[in-house]
Amino acid sequence: MPKLTIDGVEVEVDAGLTVLQACEIAGREIPRFCYHERLSVAGNCRMCLVEMERAPKPIASCAMPVGDGMVITTDSETIRQARKGVMEFLLINHPLDCPICDQGGECDLQDQAMGYGYDRSRYAEEKRAVKDKNLGPLVSTVMTRCIHCTRCIRFATEIAGVPELGATGRGEHMEVGTYVEKTLSSELSGNIIDLCPVGALTSKPYSFNARPWELKKTESIDVMDALGANIRIDTRGAEVLRIVPRNNDDVNEEWISDKSRFACDGLRRQRLDQPFVRQDGKLQAVSWDEAFAAIAGKVKSTSGNKIAAIAGDQADCESMYALKKLMESLGSANMDCRQDGAAVGEGSRAGYLFNSTIAGIEDADAILIVGADPRLESPVLNARIRKRFLGGNVSIGVIGEETDLTYRYDYLGAGPDTLADVAAGSNSFAQVLKDASNPMIIVGSGVLTRADSAAVLGTARKLAEATGMIADGWNGFNVLHTAASRVGGLDLGFVPGEGGAGTNEILSGSMDVVYLLGADEIDMAALGGAFVVYQGHHGDAGAHRADVILPGAAYTEKNATYVNLEGRVQRTQLASFPVGEAKEDWAILRALSAELGQTLAFDSLAELRDRMTTATPSLGNIDDIAAAEWGGFGADGAMNNDAFASPIENFFMTDPISRASQTMAECTAARDNSTTARTGTHG
Amino acid sequence: MNTPTQNFEQPTSFEFTPEVMDMAKAHIAKYPADRQASAVMPLLDLAQRQHDGWLPRAAMDYVADFLGMPRIEAYEVATFYTMYNLEPVGKHHVQVCTNLPCWLRGSDQIVEAAKRNLGVEMGETTDDGLFTLSSMECLGACVNAPMMQINDDYYEDLDETVTESILTELRHGQTPKTGSQIDRKSCEPIGGLTSLNSDAGGD
Repeated sequence: MPKLTIDGVEVEVDAGLTVLQACEIAGREIPRFCYHERLSVAGNCRMCLVEMERAPKPIASCAMPVGDGMVITTDSETIRQARKGVMEFLLINHPLDCPICDQGGECDLQDQAMGYGYDRSRYAEEKRAVKDKNLGPLVSTVMTRCIHCTRCIRFATEIAGVPELGATGRGEHMEVGTYVEKTLSSELSGNIIDLCPVGALTSKPYSFNARPWELKKTESIDVMDALGANIRIDTRGAEVLRIVPRNNDDVNEEWISDKSRFACDGLRRQRLDQPFVRQDGKLQAVSWDEAFAAIAGKVKSTSGNKIAAIAGDQADCESMYALKKLMESLGSANMDCRQDGAAVGEGSRAGYLFNSTIAGIEDADAILIVGADPRLESPVLNARIRKRFLGGNVSIGVIGEETDLTYRYDYLGAGPDTLADVAAGSNSFAQVLKDASNPMIIVGSGVLTRADSAAVLGTARKLAEATGMIADGWNGFNVLHTAASRVGGLDLGFVPGEGGAGTNEILSGSMDVVYLLGADEIDMAALGGAFVVYQGHHGDAGAHRADVILPGAAYTEKNATYVNLEGRVQRTQLASFPVGEAKEDWAILRALSAELGQTLAFDSLAELRDRMTTATPSLGNIDDIAAAEWGGFGADGAMNNDAFASPIENFFMTDPISRASQTMAECTAARDNSTTARTGTHG
Repeated sequence: MNTPTQNFEQPTSFEFTPEVMDMAKAHIAKYPADRQASAVMPLLDLAQRQHDGWLPRAAMDYVADFLGMPRIEAYEVATFYTMYNLEPVGKHHVQVCTNLPCWLRGSDQIVEAAKRNLGVEMGETTDDGLFTLSSMECLGACVNAPMMQINDDYYEDLDETVTESILTELRHGQTPKTGSQIDRKSCEPIGGLTSLNSDAGGD
């Protein structure tokens, strides 16, 4: 390993690092604009200049690989002068409109101009102005502020895999943009807002809303998909103003999808802020006591086997545990956390996890994607597959829909017959998987909702075993869930008990009372004449059908446990309080249980968690993945030959929050505009 | 890029003619398989030549799709080089070098003569569509400065009179003499060689 001397301190670093990285290891701060550790090196801002012994002039440390015996000086008069000079050039065409710029207060240029620049400008000539670009409903542009670091271009090209941004023109006329006006077609486009070191790219929905120092920052977990991206919720008062990613190399690196980032305005609309009871066909606002009384009246006269519960895609572990206990005490085994009716969760725990782990994708050298569109089902996970693809020496095969996944793949076929061929070894991709040292299969949630899903899962399991995906230290079998609650619910056993009914039976209209815990994506008509209690936070499909509505808390409004698709236990933190009379979900169930005469045995969240982790110990290990033993799941049987299809029709609207979001509606409209051919009647 | 925008229509489609397609394939064949994007510059040039000397957006899209590269990369190339005209130009594209050596040798006068003769300002096209006048950065013929390029031909060692007569000849459909306009062979010194003009002697 090369040894360098940085400001008189000797450090030993890995070969292949850059001088800038070595300086950081040595604890020296190097200013930079274009350099970003997750993007390729551009070396065009020149802010990271350092002095190297025997070099005639300062070097750009971000682009210089470390060498043995280098002597680096990061803080000399020459370097201070050089940085001041670079900063002066960068500011020549920068408008210095910080008071009206949304980046103000969290701007790299502002901070570094304070730290490394001159205290005044010598430039009296005219500045150039650049026309703003329209990049769609999410990213607002003020291109005059752009300092041409090209981070956004590199992100779009490398990470997002949509090479739509570029630098056109040359010299003083260079402009960053799409050249032909268009909405960025990436589900990760919001990340260029975070990457932009100046105020050229800012968040359109958040524009002119707040200054960063006014915001309360709460570290939490995203529930828009099953990835469990780490987020920071920025609130002012009761309002969630924006959501930004937190770094977690094992989960989302530092990216989040546009839905995770921008759906938060849905938290302000269509909210259930007080209990309702349906009287004479109309929902009437009532007090909590009246609502509970209405439920108690019905439940007490109903036998346990006619009561059922379905947990929705954003339900947290605590409330599912409480609801499960309540159902058990009512004598009901009819419960399901798989509102889409997915036949997953029977058999071994390894049969419903993303066993390779998200970071493990980077170790895979052959990937078979079955019935999934990871780009829509989990855009950040898809970016990880793309990262692996860019690393080279990986074969990717797809069975299912042939869509643009942002990387090249071998399209093997559309349906189960192709999967059976691969499992039987008669498809050439079977050999690719066998020859790979870390092969993996990703089974999408579209597969699991099929009538023959048990047989498909069984075939996938046999395929995994036959191609060496299950080995010591490597488990290549992966299920790509779309629901944040799914793995937690299955870990808790929020599934039909002995003789109990699952989602499909509950939806056959045989129940008298159905308790929906945030379940909106079911066919409400199929509930028949059941008495429906809806506990949730948005006036969506479930609330419209409900006979009693109990207002709950959205994911930003509660301290709750979620388990992501790889089995990682993570906790959200309360960023703002539930609106109106709404309460945290576990507390509602605890209060209701008392009204029903079946008081649950806990009075606080801590007590509930104690009991929950006693029942399911893995839920107590925060940020940990409890690895699953390989075992049997799925079934033998015939598969019908319908093509696999992804369950996601509209990426921007998959849950009550994003359906209530105006921003997501604008994204949907922008997407539809760009995909449908314009006719003569348009504009 | 820096010329005043005139009103013109972008064609909606573009396609290489069979002859141009053969030339394009010859260019692509120079590069390894999977590296065909390397041929983007000659192909954009072919497209421009086929399309009356300017490169519409449809042609850039066509070339990018043809080479299997992102369209934005073709835009980046086409907007970077001044040799690609992104707006219609006249039949004769008069490109006067105004870089330092030519300027020291009187390119201001050449520009004035061209403006006077054509009756247009920099970046404009004559009403008859015959001429477009633009200023160029160094065209690499400094030794014979001042100079201008009209389409593919260089006219060097210019003065005002010669400039006007070249333009007038072109207007009348004649073919003016290319290269140096004074008694100079290629880029040799005026009045013949001053060194290496006899045997060195000795052996």
